[in-house]
Amino acid sequence: MTLMRDRTLLIIFTLFVLAAPLIFAPTGAAYPDLLQRFAIYGIFAIGFNILFGLTGYLSFGHAAFLGVGSYSAVWMFKLLSMNILPALLLSVVMAGIFALLIGYISLRRSGIYFSILTLALAQMSYVLAYSVLTPLTNGETGLQLRLDDPRILDAAGPEGFLPSTNLFGLEMKEVFWNPTVFGYDLQFNWGYYVSAVMLILSFWISIRIFRSPFGLMLRAIKTNQTRLNYTGVNSRPYTLAAFVISGMFAGLAGGLLASMDPLAGAERMQWTVGGEVVLMVVLGGMGTLIGPVLGAIFIKYFENIFSKINEVVLQGWFSFLPDWLSNFLVTIVSPFVGRGWGLTLGALFMIVVIFLPGGLVDGARRIMRKITGADRRAAKARNE
Amino acid sequence: MGILEVQNVNKRFGGLQALNNVNLDVAEGSVHALIGPNGAGKSTFLNCLIGKLKPDTGSVQFDGQPVLGKKPHEINQLGVARVFQTPEIFMDLTVFENVMIPCFAHRDGAFKINAFARVLRDKEIRQKAEDILEDMGMKEKMAAQSGSLSRGDKRRLEIAMCLVQEPKLLLLDEPTAGMARADTNNTIDLLNHIGETRKITKVIIEHDMHVVFSLATTISVLAQGAIIAEGLPEEIKGHPKVREAYLGEAEV
Amino acid sequence: MDAILLQILNGIDKGSAYALIALGLTLIFGTLGVVNFTHGALFMIGAFVAVTVGKVLDISKITIDPSRVDFLGNPAKIRTPYVTEWFGDFGLWLIEWSVLVSVVVAIPVMILIGIIMERGLIRHFYSRPHADQILVTFGLAIVLQNIIKAIFGANPIPQSAPDLLQGSVDFGVWVGMAENAVVYPLWRLVYFVFSMVLIGGVFAFLRFTTFGMVVRAGMADRETVGLLGINIDRRFTIMFGVAAAVAGLAGVMYTPISPPNYPMGMDFLVLSFVVVVVGGMGSLPGAVLAGFLLGIIESFASMPLIKDSIAAIGLPSIDQIIIYLVAVIVLLVRPRGLMGKAGMMEE
Repeated sequence: MTLMRDRTLLIIFTLFVLAAPLIFAPTGAAYPDLLQRFAIYGIFAIGFNILFGLTGYLSFGHAAFLGVGSYSAVWMFKLLSMNILPALLLSVVMAGIFALLIGYISLRRSGIYFSILTLALAQMSYVLAYSVLTPLTNGETGLQLRLDDPRILDAAGPEGFLPSTNLFGLEMKEVFWNPTVFGYDLQFNWGYYVSAVMLILSFWISIRIFRSPFGLMLRAIKTNQTRLNYTGVNSRPYTLAAFVISGMFAGLAGGLLASMDPLAGAERMQWTVGGEVVLMVVLGGMGTLIGPVLGAIFIKYFENIFSKINEVVLQGWFSFLPDWLSNFLVTIVSPFVGRGWGLTLGALFMIVVIFLPGGLVDGARRIMRKITGADRRAAKARNE
Repeated sequence: MGILEVQNVNKRFGGLQALNNVNLDVAEGSVHALIGPNGAGKSTFLNCLIGKLKPDTGSVQFDGQPVLGKKPHEINQLGVARVFQTPEIFMDLTVFENVMIPCFAHRDGAFKINAFARVLRDKEIRQKAEDILEDMGMKEKMAAQSGSLSRGDKRRLEIAMCLVQEPKLLLLDEPTAGMARADTNNTIDLLNHIGETRKITKVIIEHDMHVVFSLATTISVLAQGAIIAEGLPEEIKGHPKVREAYLGEAEV
Repeated sequence: MDAILLQILNGIDKGSAYALIALGLTLIFGTLGVVNFTHGALFMIGAFVAVTVGKVLDISKITIDPSRVDFLGNPAKIRTPYVTEWFGDFGLWLIEWSVLVSVVVAIPVMILIGIIMERGLIRHFYSRPHADQILVTFGLAIVLQNIIKAIFGANPIPQSAPDLLQGSVDFGVWVGMAENAVVYPLWRLVYFVFSMVLIGGVFAFLRFTTFGMVVRAGMADRETVGLLGINIDRRFTIMFGVAAAVAGLAGVMYTPISPPNYPMGMDFLVLSFVVVVVGGMGSLPGAVLAGFLLGIIESFASMPLIKDSIAAIGLPSIDQIIIYLVAVIVLLVRPRGLMGKAGMMEE
């Protein structure tokens, strides 16, 4: 029963992701750059959910693994080849090693102490990347491609041009199909489809983990660690494994970010970036399969839309109203849009934490139940 | 030679001698009750057995292996299961999942990454979990969230989770504490039922004399950190030292 | 010797800020058991109280003086702040000492903000898991930060110390060293003294007043104190206000040292958590001690001599990560921190 439902979910998810350039066309979000970000942050959030959603261990340090992934990928582009496959591989492996180290230290504590430790370690990684390890990270300028990089596997390209990232010749930036459907100009590019395939793969892995004995143990850790220990289970390696797995997902996301745009900067490692993935997972619905992806899309979409709205746009919206009312509304609304997107996000996040701890997925479920009257039927069944 | 041997265990908290040279020998297959007035050191003793506290001196051997200094999960893997004063179960999970977890722990050990296996495809584990729930009369509640069970059912579930691991020794820490008479009697019946079908040694730490005399085959009396009497239930009932210990408490 | 003294002095101003924020964090954690991710934002709001007071005092009447012209040939506009017009020299004095005015204003404002926060939001999270408390205070921090950004913009706003307290002092001479051996900015010294007074005040308040004794007893054993028929909740609410005021005052006084901008709170927050953890979760003296200690260690790690010798053995410079390193080591070696109660962090 559950297995059937999972398969249906996976199929719907796959179709949705593959058709995204078409589906998002009416929303104005269907350009490759944004779609790629949806997919990549979706992967980041899926991975984070395996740690936070299942075990309840709240890490503020996952930006570090995103950064490590990006740096590893760019180094691979510089030294080996512009093919993204070895780059992604190194991203995942390096992030995994890094997560093992940080996880080993911070998982010696649990609860709030764990959160604080991950926060401190992430901030330390940021400072390391920003200044201390400048030879490796190029400090505040960020790591970039250069013409004189060795790239030992690649044939020499045209003189004076930076080569572009590719997957066996398919260039990430290349739009391979550009049809017009229903008057919308659609762009299908390789970069998005590479990210999309990775996202689908990540989603599938996440389903398998959720339904596995390993996943069951992780959920047991969240609900009662004492009982689990007295049941003969050593919980620490389980949490460490979950930590490393989620770190590897973050590394993959970081590697993909660098594959789409081959540069890596320290700001990607700041703990507030790690805070953003917390927002995504909580907003979407922690511990659910689809929630993290929804949260990622939601935040990245509105970040993009809201930041484009300024007072002029608002005045256009409210122009049908009397002047005084329109001016009033513009004054009220404008702090929340444009550069004030952070305010909206923060407020929204608080509302979700306070009133809807299950996130958007839970909200949707409640609404569905209201509509279909499942509650009433269940209550009736109980009474009978 | 008992299955659980405790020798010369001492534990001191500052000026308080919580355990004073405690010796205990639990025979295989017996139901050994440990009784004593409040503050006698029962909990301290139990915590020493399961690795939560480390006694200052002494040794504890289970099935010929030293137990002291081992972590709770290691002790469990040796074959010791524990029932807590307030039922410790996985409240957010279903009854079925609650029982499957100890099945996995029993079969796969303290740690195994099987992230691509499927819980629901594991026929062996499912069968085992269903059988124990059947045996405990909880099969119809399989899909319920265990946090929503009644207190008696939570206790029943916790015992099921212990039994499914086929432990050699079952530790019960005041299994009927805070229960109404009816629930207490149900629990006694349940434990007697377990005794009929399975040969598990049990150590019961208990306050309630009714429970103790309904279940125990051997009784040890702990008072002020020391064992003051040990014997068959009939012997303990009339033992002068025991009366003194309990009367002394009553006066306070 | 003079170099060492200078490094200690360089460490104590940051150390004072760490100590003050960590003190407030610990007060909240000890009384209410909540890890307050908003605390950095309270520090930042304190700093912006100072900015606001400065702006309010500077609101001016503009008069046109036809007898003079500016460089464009228009009649010169003369700005006279209303406070000087109303109060004369006293008004000038107020503008000059606006930091002190801000301190006076910040105390009730911050206490109020703290109490509103506790009553309106955090109160409803006591029974929820720790992760939820972290999440909701984190969300509130983002909101507060963005409100400040919306009002004051994203750029740092420099504030100046009173003329009298600007400039440097030759600290070395005071302790019998050669002239110009240890020259130290005066305001930083003021900041240190101020924070000592504030810390002393909080400790005295907890130690010698009945209110404080009840709070301390409540920190040790909340239930028993509740059973005595004392309304401990109300006192804890007030302590939240006090903690907010301590953070806010730390922010007010910090404005001449570093121009306030909206993310400053988050930067200090992370370091303050590290301080709290090193000092020992729940220990007030530990928080203060660790604050100063880490400030000073940080300062020493950036000493040229030490930097050079670290570089000499082939290691990258560690001055910027030393605090984190110390924290990790302390946590691994002594999980309860320097002065924490046993069992506080040991699972």
